[in-house]
Amino acid sequence: MVKVCQSTIIDAPIDEVWAILRDFNGHDRWHPAIAFSEIEGGEPVDAVGSVRHFRLKDGGESREQLLALSDKDRRLSYCLLEAPLPLMGYVASVRLKPVTDGNATFWEWRSEFHPPAHRRDELVKLVTESIYQAGFAAVRNLLRRRSTGSLVEQRTPRAAVAPVPSASISRVASTTDQAATTRAIVVERYGGPEELQLRVIGLPPPAPNEVQIRHTFVGVNFIDVYCRTGYFDLLQPPGVPGMEAAGVIEAVGSAVSGFSIGDRVAYACPPVGAYAERRNMAPELLVSLSDDISDEIAAAGLLKGVSASFLLHDVHAVKPGEIVLIHAAAGGVGQLLVQWARHLGATVIATVSSDEKARIVERLGAHHVIVYSRENFAEAVMRLTNGAGADVAYDAVGNDTFAGSLAALAVRGHLISFGQASGPVGSWDIGQFSSKSITISRPNYAHYTDTPEKLGPHINRFFAALRQGVIRIGVPRQYNLAQAADAHRDLETRNTTGALVIKV
Amino acid sequence: MTKVYVSSVIPAPAAEVWKLVRNFNGLPGWAPFVAESRIEHNAQADQIGCIRNFTLKDGGRIRERLLALSDYDLSCSYAILESPMAVENYVATLSLTPITDGNVTLAEWQAEFDCEPDREAALVQQIGDSVFQTALTGLKHRFGR
Repeated sequence: MVKVCQSTIIDAPIDEVWAILRDFNGHDRWHPAIAFSEIEGGEPVDAVGSVRHFRLKDGGESREQLLALSDKDRRLSYCLLEAPLPLMGYVASVRLKPVTDGNATFWEWRSEFHPPAHRRDELVKLVTESIYQAGFAAVRNLLRRRSTGSLVEQRTPRAAVAPVPSASISRVASTTDQAATTRAIVVERYGGPEELQLRVIGLPPPAPNEVQIRHTFVGVNFIDVYCRTGYFDLLQPPGVPGMEAAGVIEAVGSAVSGFSIGDRVAYACPPVGAYAERRNMAPELLVSLSDDISDEIAAAGLLKGVSASFLLHDVHAVKPGEIVLIHAAAGGVGQLLVQWARHLGATVIATVSSDEKARIVERLGAHHVIVYSRENFAEAVMRLTNGAGADVAYDAVGNDTFAGSLAALAVRGHLISFGQASGPVGSWDIGQFSSKSITISRPNYAHYTDTPEKLGPHINRFFAALRQGVIRIGVPRQYNLAQAADAHRDLETRNTTGALVIKV
Repeated sequence: MTKVYVSSVIPAPAAEVWKLVRNFNGLPGWAPFVAESRIEHNAQADQIGCIRNFTLKDGGRIRERLLALSDYDLSCSYAILESPMAVENYVATLSLTPITDGNVTLAEWQAEFDCEPDREAALVQQIGDSVFQTALTGLKHRFGR
């Protein structure tokens, strides 16, 4: 026997919630899985023993019998008599409790049943997510629509008290009558990794110019940290972070051409929203995946690969014989830059924070590796180049390395600052750059990738480099959706090498 | 018989909240109006029947007997033996329920007691707001909200 228990807080008075739930025949008006319901034999809806006969959206039919109903305890129990799924011996109860501190409602939905062993996990997941969690979200939406009379968010003081279902989350949610839902990581306010909270949010059908994607793998990137902390304003709380994923198209808007249900796709672009099981988005920047590119590699490598492509070809066109300095060389983009710059004929000097990472970068083909925690890397670069310095420095570390990168440059060298993992680089007097005629670039991913015309060449170049073995993407470190905060912690503490992905 | 019921959402997993709440001698750690507490006769704080003897910051003293403690149900019941509140047959239960959505906790605190009819409204207000809700708010603050 398995037991399932899910609970939530609904930001509405208990009597309003109970009025919805005590109607044993009313679930077809709020639950997204149910198309139509009727009570057999014309029994009263609140007669214990009555049977509801209902049809599911997917066509299946079920019958359930009311076993107990208590207005005193605000509890009802029911059992399944017939169902299209083997939920053997299924008995469920719903109960509500008042949250007096804020006038909200605690709702618990639990059940016991005997699934066939080989379908146990699948059925538990279905009951947990598609019935209970989806039901929570649907009732929340129903009450919100009623209370506001419009789709405008209404923030009440108690929304701040009840931490779970505040009205602000509902704004992310669907506004359609038959709302489906998806699990997603929601950032309710800018802050640390703990602000990455797993939630069930509404997901409307795709708009005419959108497709709906079921993600298989989601890429975790440092830009997601900047979105979470508010350093970049690409994410407005409450919002779902993430700009990179791979998956399968599940629905196509009426105005979309060129994509079909079942297509394997990946993307690495705004708007944010990738940390979710499903999402809707415009298809302009979607990339079709061929059979030889796995979802995992696409999610792990697309954003980093496209970044490496424009950093090495557009921001600075690396030429054979150039000295290229690459910081954080064992990181996600760093590993690609090392392999690709070497392939382009450059002499690669890589910096890393530990001996372990040094070995990784050496295996990738770096000509020289500097452990910068042990050695002044600017002096080391000058020594390795006989005082000439680096022609170009790729620096996403920021505060800790910026000054050293400037010192390590050759005359007419080019410093490309494309991140600040250790903090902002601060203010600099550009007059002093004349001492070596230095060029500084501060590229923004979007400006190199925000149209199909700009993005296309980088995609083609990246996939070609993968196929030819010019670059290899190591097996990414995997997390599940609920571990998104752990992924960010690992990324921020520089505990990682290579790419991080969330397996959905 | 008069009843009081108060509940709050505590922004932490139930197991974490229970670590604090289960300590029958632990009120000074989270209830803002409690100055100090001890368990009489050197009994253990989780021994059913033990008596906590605690002093309020306003000087009042209360003795309460532990009637039930369940690590399975996450609940704790106790009776008042002595207090400045002039209540009789006072039995209260503090219980926790996990909220799976967000991994937080519903804390419920309820009491039943007898008292003089003309003092009922004031006692309900005092116990419900000044004691239970104030303590639950203190509990919330312990977990950062």
